[in-house]
Amino acid sequence: MQFISKNSPHTFKPNSVQRIMLEVLLALVPGIIAMTWFFGWGTLINIAIASVTAVVAEALVIKLRARPALPVISDFSAVLTAVLLALALPPLAPWWITVLGSAFAIIIVKQLYGGIGYNPFNPAMAAYVFLLISYPTHMTSWLQPSMLSNIELDFVQTLSIIFNGTLPTGLSWDTLSGATPLDEMFTRLDMNQMIEEIRQSALWGDFGGKGWEWVNNWYLLGGIYLLYRKVITWHIPVSVLGSLLVFSGLAYLLDPATHPYPAFHIFTGGIMLGAFFIATDPVSACTTKKGQLIYGASIGAMVFIIRNWGGYPDAVAFAVLLMNMTAPTIDYYTRPRVFGTAGKSDHE
Amino acid sequence: MSRLTQIIHAGRKLWHFHGGLHIDDHKDMSLQRPLRDAQIPDRLVIPLHQHIGELPVLKVKIGDRVLKGQLIAEAEQYVSANIHAPSSGTVIEVGEHAISHPSGLKSVCITLETDGKDEWSNELPEPMTDYQNFSTSELGQRIRWAGIVGMGGATCPSSVKLNPGPGKKINTLIVNGAECEPYISCDDSLMQNHADNIIEGIQIVMHMLSAKNCLVGIEDNKPKALQSMQSAVEKSGNNQIEIISIPTIYPSGGEKQLIQILTGKEVPSHGLPADIGIVCHNVGTLEAIYEAVILGRPSISRLVTVTGQGVKEPGNFRVANGTSIANLVAQAGGYTADADRLIQGGPMMGYTLYDDDIPLTKGANCVLVTTAEEIPSNTPAIPCIRCGRCAEACPVELLPQQLYWHARSRDFDKTQDFNLFDCIECGCCSHVCPSHIPLVQYYRYAKTEIWTKEEEKRKSDIARQRHEFRQARLERIEAEKKARLRKKKEDLENKKTSDTKDPKKAAIEAAMKRAAEKKQKMQESGVKPANTEALTTAQQKQIDEADKRRGDR
Repeated sequence: MQFISKNSPHTFKPNSVQRIMLEVLLALVPGIIAMTWFFGWGTLINIAIASVTAVVAEALVIKLRARPALPVISDFSAVLTAVLLALALPPLAPWWITVLGSAFAIIIVKQLYGGIGYNPFNPAMAAYVFLLISYPTHMTSWLQPSMLSNIELDFVQTLSIIFNGTLPTGLSWDTLSGATPLDEMFTRLDMNQMIEEIRQSALWGDFGGKGWEWVNNWYLLGGIYLLYRKVITWHIPVSVLGSLLVFSGLAYLLDPATHPYPAFHIFTGGIMLGAFFIATDPVSACTTKKGQLIYGASIGAMVFIIRNWGGYPDAVAFAVLLMNMTAPTIDYYTRPRVFGTAGKSDHE
Repeated sequence: MSRLTQIIHAGRKLWHFHGGLHIDDHKDMSLQRPLRDAQIPDRLVIPLHQHIGELPVLKVKIGDRVLKGQLIAEAEQYVSANIHAPSSGTVIEVGEHAISHPSGLKSVCITLETDGKDEWSNELPEPMTDYQNFSTSELGQRIRWAGIVGMGGATCPSSVKLNPGPGKKINTLIVNGAECEPYISCDDSLMQNHADNIIEGIQIVMHMLSAKNCLVGIEDNKPKALQSMQSAVEKSGNNQIEIISIPTIYPSGGEKQLIQILTGKEVPSHGLPADIGIVCHNVGTLEAIYEAVILGRPSISRLVTVTGQGVKEPGNFRVANGTSIANLVAQAGGYTADADRLIQGGPMMGYTLYDDDIPLTKGANCVLVTTAEEIPSNTPAIPCIRCGRCAEACPVELLPQQLYWHARSRDFDKTQDFNLFDCIECGCCSHVCPSHIPLVQYYRYAKTEIWTKEEEKRKSDIARQRHEFRQARLERIEAEKKARLRKKKEDLENKKTSDTKDPKKAAIEAAMKRAAEKKQKMQESGVKPANTEALTTAQQKQIDEADKRRGDR
C-alpha cells in the first residue's frame, strides 16, 4: 500500500491568520459602537468606504502580480487595516479622503513592500499621517460628541455630507465641529491657562473628554478580550499605557497646575486604540518579549513628548511609525538567552 | 521572563521549561488492548543501519542457517552496534532494500527466511544474575555485545552512552518514561507490564556508573505506569530510585527538557548530559539492558505501538526486529478504508513513509496510520506575520520567526547566529503557526545546507592542501635536482683546476724531498744512524746469523 508524503509535525493547532484578523475585528466592535453612539453614522460609513477600497485595491495589486487574489483577500488583514484607518478619521471626512487613505495604506504601505508580513510600517498609521500632513483641515474637523451637541444628523444627511459635502440647511461646519479635548487642553495650556481653568469647559467628563473617555473605555474592553483570547500578549499594551502613565504622572507631580492628570492622557485621544490594536500589529512591531516592552514603553514616552511639545494634537500615529523603524534593531539586541548557552547570546 | 520556573507537581519540587504545548494525547486508542507478541513473519528484513554511527560488518552469507540470537553483523568501530538474528532461519538475500527513511532511502539488509522453529542459538553468553560482582567494563562489554541502542528513537549505541569517559563523574541517572508524543504508548505499556525488569535494568546501570541516585520521569497522563513503577521500586527496596510524576506537556520527553524538569539544570548548548554529571536512558533501553545482563539475550525485539484511525485494531506489540510495517499492521487488523497517511513515530516528530514494505528496527517505537479526517492535509502556507507564537512555544527559547526569515533567504550564517543548531526539531513552532508555515522543514533544510557546505569546505580544504603539498614537493624536487647539478658542475670545475697541480702528488714529492735532504745532511755531518752503533757481541752474532740465513736463501 502506498501513502502520501508530508513533513512533521503533522498536526496543527486550529489557528490561522484569518482567525486572528477576525478576532481583532470582533474586539473592535465595542469601540465602533461607542464611536457611532457619540459621533453618529459617519464612523460606519467611513468603515464601509475604507473596507471596500482596501479590498479592491488589494485585489488589483495581487492581480497585477499575477497571483490568486482570493486567498490573500480572505485573510481579512486589508479589512482590518481599513477599519483601523476609518476609526482614526473624522466621522464626516469627505469620501475621497477615506478612499485615498485606504488605497495608500494597501497599495503603497503594504503591497509595494510585498504584502502581508513584509511591511515595515503600520499601514493604517502611515496612511493616517499621509492624510494628516496632506489635508490638515479636513483631518482636524472633528464632530462634537452627541452629548455636547443638540444636532442629530440622520443617516441620509451624514451620507450626503460625506459624498456631496453639502450640509443640511441651517447648519454650518462651525456649529457641527468643535475642538477635540486634546486640542482644547494643549491649545489652552499654550495660552498659559491653568488646568483648573481649562477644566471648567463643558468638554470634560470624569477622566478625559466627554464621549472620548467612553470610546476609550470600550476600546479597552476590546483589548481585554484580545488578551483573554491570547490574540495579543500583555507586553505592548501594558508598556505603552504604563510608560505614558509614568511620564504624565511625573509631570503632574512636578506641576499639577500646568500638566493634565495621568488619567486624562489614558482616556483621551487614540491611545487605547493605539495601545491594544495598532502598536500590537505583529508585522511592524518587535517580536521578542523584551523588545516589545522597550518598543511599547518608547511609544508611550513618544506620545507624551509629542502631545506636550509637538505640533500635532495627537501623537499615536507618529509614535508608532517612529518605533516601527527601530523594531528590527530592538529585536536584534533583545534576543532571549537560548537554552544551554551561558551568555545572553553568542554574538554579544 | 525567567524560564526556570519552579513548580510543585504531585507534591514534588520540579522545574518548568520554556514554552511547550498541551496537545491531545490520543494514547487511549492503543491502550485498549493488552500487550501482544507479534507473530514472527516468514521473512525478516534486517537492515545493518539501525543506529547512529558506523555500519556493522556482515558475518553471514547467503545460504547460511542462523539461530535466534546469533551474531549476524558485528560492530567493528566504537560507535556502532552488533546485530543478531531475531529468529532462526536461512539467509536468502543480502542486498539493498528500502529502509525506514522519509526519502525511501535504500540500504544493505539481510533477508532471513524464518523456519518457524524460533530456535535459540547455543552460543549465547552466560547470564550475569549477580551483576554486582562484575566490573563496569565487563557489563559494558555485555551491553555492547547485545547491540543495544537508545530505544527512545535516538538509537545511539548504549555502550557509548554508558562510557562517559575519564574525568566525567556521573551522579544522576535520569530515566525517560515521559513518552510525550501523542498516540505513542509503547513505553507506557512496557512500564505497566515489565516494571520489575526496568527497575533491575536501572540498578545495573547505576552500578555501572556508580550513580548516587536515579530519577524516573513519567508524565502524569500515565497513572497506571506510575503506579506499577512505584510498586516495582518498593519491591526492589532501592531507595535511591525515585519515580516522579511530571506535568503532561510536550516535549517533556526531550532529553534536555526532561533533565531540566527533574533537576533544574541545563545541558550546555552543543554539550552532553554527561557534562553536568547526568546520563539519561529510555525505559525501553533499560529493559533491553536487563535482558542482556540478567538473561544473556541480545536486543532483537522491541515494543511498537500501532495506532491511529487508519488501523482497525490499534495496540502495542512486541515485534521482532526486521518485521515489515505491512505485516505488523496486518496483525493489528489491517488498514481501514480511509487510511491516508503512514507515519513512523508520532505526529509531532515522526516522518511519513510512502510505502509500507519497510522493516521495523531497534529505534522504531510507533507506526501511526491516520485518516484525512484525523489529520487533514496542511492548508497552504501564507507569509509569516511575525506574531511570535512560535517563540512562545519554543522549548529552547529560540526565535523561530527570525530563523525562518534567514533560512528562507539562505542566509545560513545568520541562522547559526540565531542558534539554529540548538533546535531539537520538536515541531512546537510549526504546530502553533497561524500561517501554517512548515518551519521545522526550513530548519532541517538550513542544517543540511550548512553540513553540506562544511563537508564541501572540508573536502576542498583537503584538496587545496594536497595541491599545495604537491606543489611544494615538486618545487623541492626541482630545487634538489638543481642543487645536485650545480654541485656536480662545481666538482667538475674543481677537478679541472687541480689537474695542473695534484695536491696528493705534491705532498708525496714534498715528503720525499724532505727525506732526501735529511739523509744528505746526516752524511755531511758524518752522523750515522744510532741503532747500528756500539752493538754487543751477542747482538752482532745475531745479525751475522741473520745475514748468513739471508745468504743461504
